[in-house]
Amino acid sequence: MPRTLRSPGRQLYELMSSMRFAVSLLTVLAIASIIGTVVKQNEPYNNYLNQFGQFWFPVFEWLGLYSVYHASWFLTILTFLVASTSLCIIRQAPGMVREMKSFRTGAREASLRQFAHKHITQTLLSRNEAQQKVAEYLAAQGYKSRTKDQAGGVLIAAKAGSWNRMGYLLAHSAIVLICVGGLLDGDLPLKLEMVLGSKKVTDLDKPFGEIGAESRLGPEHWSYRGNVFLPEGKRSNIAVLNVKDGALLQELPFSITLKKFHIEHYSTGMPKRFASDIVLTDLKTGAEIEHTIEVNKPFEYHGISLYQASFEDGGSKLKLKAHSLLPGSTRVTDAATEVGDSLQLKQGNNALHVEITGFRPFNVENMAAAPTPGTGDQGKLAMLNHSIDQALGSGAKSPDGKDLRNVGPSFSYKIRDEAGQAREYNNYMAPIQQDGRSFYMTGMRETPADGFRYLRIPADEDGKLDTWFALRALLTTRSEHALIARRFAAKAMSGRNVADTVRTRLADAAERTLQLYSERGFESLGQFINDSVPENERGNAADALVPVLQGCAWEAWQLLRERQQLKPLAMNPTRADYLRDAVNSISDSFHYGAPVYLELDQFDEVKASVIQATRSPGKFGVYLGCALLVAGVFFMLYVRERRLFVLLKDSGEVLLALSSNRKTLDTDHEFTRHQDAIESLLNHGTRTP
Amino acid sequence: MELAHPKAPTSLLKRRSPLDWLAALLLSGGALFALNRYGAFMDGYEQAILLAAIPTFIALAWAWPGLRNLLAGTALLALGGISLYHADLARAEQVFFLKYFLSSQTAIGWMCFLFFLATASYWLGLLAKSEFAEKTGTALTWAAVLMGVTGMLVRWYESYLIGTDIGHIPISNLYEVFVLFSLITALLYLHYERRYATRKLGAFVLIVISAAVGFTLWYTFSRGAHEIQPLVPALQSYWMKIHVPANFIGYGAFSLSAMIGVAWLLAERGILASRLPTLAVMEDVMYKAIAIGFAFFTVATILGALWAAEAWGTYWQWDPKETWALIVWLNYAAWLHLRLTKGLRGSVLAWWAVVGLLVTTFAFLGVNMFLSGLHSYGEL
Ligand code: HEM
Repeated sequence: MPRTLRSPGRQLYELMSSMRFAVSLLTVLAIASIIGTVVKQNEPYNNYLNQFGQFWFPVFEWLGLYSVYHASWFLTILTFLVASTSLCIIRQAPGMVREMKSFRTGAREASLRQFAHKHITQTLLSRNEAQQKVAEYLAAQGYKSRTKDQAGGVLIAAKAGSWNRMGYLLAHSAIVLICVGGLLDGDLPLKLEMVLGSKKVTDLDKPFGEIGAESRLGPEHWSYRGNVFLPEGKRSNIAVLNVKDGALLQELPFSITLKKFHIEHYSTGMPKRFASDIVLTDLKTGAEIEHTIEVNKPFEYHGISLYQASFEDGGSKLKLKAHSLLPGSTRVTDAATEVGDSLQLKQGNNALHVEITGFRPFNVENMAAAPTPGTGDQGKLAMLNHSIDQALGSGAKSPDGKDLRNVGPSFSYKIRDEAGQAREYNNYMAPIQQDGRSFYMTGMRETPADGFRYLRIPADEDGKLDTWFALRALLTTRSEHALIARRFAAKAMSGRNVADTVRTRLADAAERTLQLYSERGFESLGQFINDSVPENERGNAADALVPVLQGCAWEAWQLLRERQQLKPLAMNPTRADYLRDAVNSISDSFHYGAPVYLELDQFDEVKASVIQATRSPGKFGVYLGCALLVAGVFFMLYVRERRLFVLLKDSGEVLLALSSNRKTLDTDHEFTRHQDAIESLLNHGTRTP
Repeated sequence: MELAHPKAPTSLLKRRSPLDWLAALLLSGGALFALNRYGAFMDGYEQAILLAAIPTFIALAWAWPGLRNLLAGTALLALGGISLYHADLARAEQVFFLKYFLSSQTAIGWMCFLFFLATASYWLGLLAKSEFAEKTGTALTWAAVLMGVTGMLVRWYESYLIGTDIGHIPISNLYEVFVLFSLITALLYLHYERRYATRKLGAFVLIVISAAVGFTLWYTFSRGAHEIQPLVPALQSYWMKIHVPANFIGYGAFSLSAMIGVAWLLAERGILASRLPTLAVMEDVMYKAIAIGFAFFTVATILGALWAAEAWGTYWQWDPKETWALIVWLNYAAWLHLRLTKGLRGSVLAWWAVVGLLVTTFAFLGVNMFLSGLHSYGEL
C-alpha cells in the first residue's frame, strides 16, 4: 500500500522523465516551430504593421510572433525539453550502466521460461563438455558470457551489443549539450545584457560617432552576431546588431578596412563570386592582417569569425541631367550626387526633394518575345513535338522564351512633393531595344508594393533624347499650336483646290486637338470626345484624331529643324514609327507624376561590402554535441542489445532464452539461428560444426 | 547490421567472389585515375570525399551484388555517352545514341518511363498474384535506376561542357534533387525487397516514386526546369556533395516507410491482406526504414548546420528550410519513441508514418513553394 502513494514531486519527476512526455514534447516543439516559418521573422516592424493592421500588430507583437524562436514561450518549451531529457538521463543512466555491466547471472529458470524467445532441448554431452562448447560458440558469435552454478545445473549468461545503452546516454546528453550551447549563441545573453547593463536600442538616426554608450557594447562582449558595413576604401570597427525594432552597436577589438570588393557574374547575370579584400587592424597590438573573405570561405580572428554576408552600393557618384517636363520648357540642369544623398531641384516655382536610392552597373533582362502558341491541331502537334524535343538531348539547352541580355546601368530615386508623398523612379542609362526600336525606359511607382510602370521614350535618330524633349516642349506650348495647326492643314490640303474655309476649319480642329493633347494627352482628348460626340460616332472620331495629331507632330518636328537651320526630313517608315512612339509617350508623360526626368549621364561606382562578425561561445559545445548525437543515434539504432541464456541442467535438459531491448525481426531470426546451432552442437556434439 | 554480428575480417575477405574483387579493382582504379587526372581541379575536401567514396562503394558492391552490377552498368553507359560527345554539346541533338538514349535529358526521360512501367507491373503482380509480373517490376525498377544514374552522370559531364566555371555535381536545384530522390527511394526499396525476400511492397513504394517522377516531368515541360544552371556562391562548396545526398537518403527512407504504413493500414482492415506480407514484417520494414532515415537525416541536418556556419555565418538561424528539417527530425524522433512506449498499437505508428510523409513533403517541396528563405535554390 505505502508504495503506491508517491510525493507530488516524485510524480512530476516521473512524468517529466517518461517516454510519453518525451513524445509529447517533441511533438509540441515541432508544432511550435512551424509558426515561425509561416510569419516572416525579424522584419522591420512597420512591414508587420502594414501586413497585419493596427489591431493585430500589437497582439502578434505581444505573442512574440515576429521573432518566435527568441520568444520566451518558445524558450520555455526548449527548457522543458532540456529539463526532461536531463531528468530522463538521470533516471535511466544508473540502471543502464548497471545493465551494461551485469550479466544477469542471477536469472532464475522460472523467469527464463517466461521469455518470448525460449527453447528447450536435450543433450547427451557431459555438463563440462556442453558448457565448453556453448561458451566457445557464444564467444565466436561475439557474445561475452559468464557462467554460474545453480541448483541442479549451470547457467551461461551471455550478452552482446551493450553499446546500445551507451548510445542512449550519448544521444540524449548530446541533445542537452546542443540546446545549452545554442542558448549561449542565441540572443538570450544579449537580452540579459540589455536588462542588466540597461542598454537601449537606437534607430541609427545619427552617425555612429554620436550614438551614446547606452546603445554600445564593448569589445569584451562575449556573444553576438552583427553586420559591418564597409564602402570600398573605408574602415570600421563597429558591427550593427539588429534587435527588435532597433539596433545596438558592437565595438570590435579590431578595425576592418575594405580595400576592394569583387563581384563576378555568369553570362546569365547570376552572381558567381563575392569577395572582399580586407585589412584587419588589431586595435590593441596594431598588428595588420590582409585577407580575402568569400562566401563559404570565412576568416576567424581571436574567436571572432568574419563572413561575406552581402553587398550594397557604397555611395556611387552619379552625374545627372535633369530635363524639365513643365509645359513648353526645354530646361536642362546638371546635378552631381551620390547614392544615399538627396538633392533639391528647382522646377518652376517649387523645389523638388530627390533622394537617390540606388545604382546598378548592369541589368540582365530576358529580351525574348514570348513563344507564340500553336493554333489548330497542326499547331498544337508542332508545339508538342517541339516541347518533347526541348526535353530530350542535353540538359544544357535553355528553354524557350529565354534570351538574357545586359541592358546596361540603371539608377533609382524617390521624389517627394511638399506633402511628403514619395514616388519611386527607376531609369535606365542606355536605350533598350524593343520590337526593333530603341527606347529610354523610366519606371514609376506610387508604392513599393506595386511594380514599376514604364514610360518608353523613343530614342531619336542619333540615339538621343533631345528631339523628344524639344518636340514635347513645342507641342506643349499653347502659343505655337496655331502655327503648327496651320502648317498641318496646309500640308494636308496641298495639291487639292479647296475653299480656304475648309482649310481653316481643319486648322482650327487641329489646333483644338493640340490644345487638348497638351493638357493631359489622350486622356483629355478622350474626355472631349465623350462629352461632345454621340456614342455611336466616338470610335470614328478617335480614329480621325490620331492622324491629325501625328501630322501635327510631324510638322512640329520639321518646324524645330527649320529653327535649328536644319533641312526638312523626308518621311519614311522609321520616322513614322518614331512619330507614333513620340506621340504616345508624350501623352503618357502627362501621367509621369514628376515635373522632371533625370537622365544618368555619367557614373563612378562605389561598392560596399557587408561583413558579418560573429562570436559564438557555444559553438564548440554544439559541435561536440552533434558528434555525440550521431554516434549515439547509430549505436541506439544499429547495435541491438541481446542477452542469451543457456541453462544446462544436470538432467540433460537445456533451456535457451534470448532477450533484447528492441523488438525487431532480426532478434527473432537471430534466436532461431542460435537455437539451431546450439542444438546441433549439443546433440551431434562429437562432430564439431 | 555489421555491428550486430561482428564477423572476423578474414572471413569477410574469404567469402569474396572474383567479381567482387574485379569490382573493387575497377572502383579504386577509376577513382584513383580521376584523382590523378582531375585532382588539380578539386580542393582537399573534394579529394577526401573522392577517396572516401572508394571503400564506401566497394563495401556496398560487396554487400549487394545487384548494386555492384548497377555500378558497372552505369559506368559503361555513362562513359559510353560521354565518349560520344567529343566535347561538343551540339552532338546531343545530332548523334542518334545521344539524342535517343544517353544524353542526360533523354536518359532521365527513360528513367521516368521505366518507373511508370515498373509501378504498373508491380500492381499487376500484386492484384493478379503473378510472380512473373512482380519479377518484371523488379527488373524494370533496376533498369529505371540504371538510366537515371546514367542520366545524372552524363548531366554532370554536360555541365562542364557548358563551361568549366559552370560545371558542378547535379544535385543543386529542385529538378536535379527530384531525380536523386526517385533514385534513392528506388534503391532503398530494392534493398528491402532483397532483405525481406518479398516483392509485394513494390506496388506501394513505386507510387511515391511515380509521383515524384510525375512532378519532375511537369517541372520539365511547364517550367523548363531541366536547364543546367550555374551555382550561386553560397552553393559553391564541397558540403553540398555530402549534405544533399544524406538529406535525400532521409527523405527517401521516410517516404518509403510512409507507403509501407499505407499498406499496413490497408492490410489491417483486411484489404489486400492476403496478398501483402504479414503485419509484423511490414512493421519491421517501417521501423528499419525510419531508423536509417533518421540516422541519415540526423547527419544531414548536422552537415547542413556546419555548412551554414561557413556560408551564412551561423550554424543555425531558423531559416524555414532549417526549421522544417528540425520539424521532420523531431517528428521521427517522436515516432521512434512511440515505438518504444508500451501499449501503443501498430496502427498509431502506421498513421504517424503516413502523416510523416506530409511533413517530409512540405519540408522538401512546400518550403520552396510557399516560404521564402535562404535556401534559394529551386524556387517554383
Ligand atoms: C530531440 C530529442 C530526442 C531525440 C532526438 C531522441 C532520440 C532517441 C532515439 C533515436 C532513440 C532510439 C529509439 C530506438 O532505438 O528505436 C531514443 C530512445 C529513447 N529515448 Fe530519446 N530522444 C530525444 C528525447 C528524449 C527525451 C526528452 C526522453 C525522456 C523524457 C527520451 C527518452 C528515451 C528513452 C527512455 C529511450 C529508450 C532507450 C533504450 O531503451 O535504450 N528521449 N531516443
